[in-house]
Amino acid sequence: MSDAPYKIAAGIIPLLDSALLVVAKEKGFAETEGVELTLIRESSWANIRDRLAVGHFQVAQMLAPMPIACNLGLTPIGSHTIAPMALGLGGNAVTVSKRLWTEMAEQGAPDGLDPRAAGAALKAVIGQRPARDGKLRFGVVHPYSGHNYELRYWLAACGVHPDRDVEILILPPPLMADALAAGTIDGYCVGEPWNTAAVISGSGRIVTVKSAIWRSSPEKVLGARSQWAEQNPDALAALLRAIYHAAEWCAVPDNRQELARFLAETAYVDRPAAWMMPSLTGEIATGSGETIEVADFFLTHDKAATFPWKSHALWFYSQMVRWGQVPHSAENAEIALQTYRPDLYRAALKPVGVALPGANSKVEGALQAATPVGSAGASLTLGPDGFFDGSLFDPDELDAYVAAQASRPGD
Amino acid sequence: MRNALAILVIDENQIRASIIEAGLREAGYENVTLIHDMAGVAGRIAEINPDVIFIDLENPNRDMLENMFQLSRAVKRPVAMFVDSSDESSIEAAVDAGVSAYVVDGLKKERVKAILAMAVSRFNAFSRLSRELEEARGELENRKVIDRAKGILMKSKGLSEEEAYGLLRATAMNQNRKIIEIAQSLVTAAGLLDPGDKS
Repeated sequence: MSDAPYKIAAGIIPLLDSALLVVAKEKGFAETEGVELTLIRESSWANIRDRLAVGHFQVAQMLAPMPIACNLGLTPIGSHTIAPMALGLGGNAVTVSKRLWTEMAEQGAPDGLDPRAAGAALKAVIGQRPARDGKLRFGVVHPYSGHNYELRYWLAACGVHPDRDVEILILPPPLMADALAAGTIDGYCVGEPWNTAAVISGSGRIVTVKSAIWRSSPEKVLGARSQWAEQNPDALAALLRAIYHAAEWCAVPDNRQELARFLAETAYVDRPAAWMMPSLTGEIATGSGETIEVADFFLTHDKAATFPWKSHALWFYSQMVRWGQVPHSAENAEIALQTYRPDLYRAALKPVGVALPGANSKVEGALQAATPVGSAGASLTLGPDGFFDGSLFDPDELDAYVAAQASRPGD
Repeated sequence: MRNALAILVIDENQIRASIIEAGLREAGYENVTLIHDMAGVAGRIAEINPDVIFIDLENPNRDMLENMFQLSRAVKRPVAMFVDSSDESSIEAAVDAGVSAYVVDGLKKERVKAILAMAVSRFNAFSRLSRELEEARGELENRKVIDRAKGILMKSKGLSEEEAYGLLRATAMNQNRKIIEIAQSLVTAAGLLDPGDKS
């Protein structure tokens, strides 16, 4: 192992979607590609960013919008970071306290995970809430996270203004369930297993999931320090191949139990293997006593789950603009666009004959059903990829999208 | 009033925070506040209105605190990170030491650099101390395990203490391993074979 040509240190956060990096190491995919991969668990996204910036890590599991925020200069420090690969699609859920759920149920929230019905009930609860009780408080893990944007997207589309009608706080994932139980927050949007954690402890109820708000939507990426990636293209390509094969392995149903056991280890998520299974099987125990089968809850490989779509980068950028984190300009949009690097993904994977999408960008929300695409004769299926409110995001019409969302009801 | 800067140290490790505080006070910075408990931290920060904030990198609430600074609700002036984001060596030294530093905008670089250097050196001193303590504790543990292994050999093979130790050492040498490793596997094996002997 010590004579591996490439030595790479990667920062990870105890979340289910660290799976691809964990498996790349534990199942020897990295070793096969000549990569000696060291995984270092971190306690905050800020640490991930800082240690990547000072060169402790060459790459890291990152919230998909984070590298964009770094490159836009929105973070306190941040070296230029690229996203040459995604680390899966979906994987999050929205959980509320038992108390808030009772109120939502009184307003007609059904048992399923339908975002529209849950959102309507939440809006009714907020409408009747006495001012003296203050705003409902929701937790997300980071301001530049898929969690923050999908929670806000869901609320706004249901007529709840995320800044005026509720309060959104930042909390670390492992503390969410405790904060819910303690009444510090009324709900949260977080990755697994931290929704299941609240269901198991009896303190929370899952009301909707990321894959219902936006099917096949981006969540984490592999962030790489630009400078390192430029100077070490072979090492990066080897790592991308290793992660790709790890993603394939994770998608095999027979491997789920073993994957859950890896993730349960102290060095990774450090929670019981049983907590990992809902996300891996898509059989989500909501806290109602029943289990709901969710299509595409968390995808590691299918539907081009590791492809870094430029349209994903631009959608995240559009949400940064929407919520006032960055002013919209052609320059800023270009920075976001150049952060995601499908060219590097293609360069690493084309030689090994994997199925690649024909384009680097797509109209998000356009596919109503699973659709075969792909180049070079290899088979690849995309979608469905709809937003729950039926809207589309056309990356070629960014300006119009940004203008339209500024005037949408609930904003 | 050149040392009147308000310095806030957020560290759940009270001993380390005290060591840093002592260092800052010795250097003439009188206005130092420590926060160990994250409950109600926003209100405390607003009250203190710090010029410089240190947070240890182990703190899982860094993202929350950073967001708070950026929204500038808790801190009246905008907060930049570290002394100067172009000052890579300072940033590196801080991250290596395990501390992050936030400085309100508009403070002169020279004024803050000494404070940062002080905090970094104190963090490093603390890590050194903890490591030494950990090693000492490890040695004590090792000695206990070796004593138990000797006891097992004395009982099972009827050896004297000296002979038992000799056997451990010879086995370690033959297998090119450390005595503690041999002792550890012996104790584990004995525990497995004879559950009644575990106590």
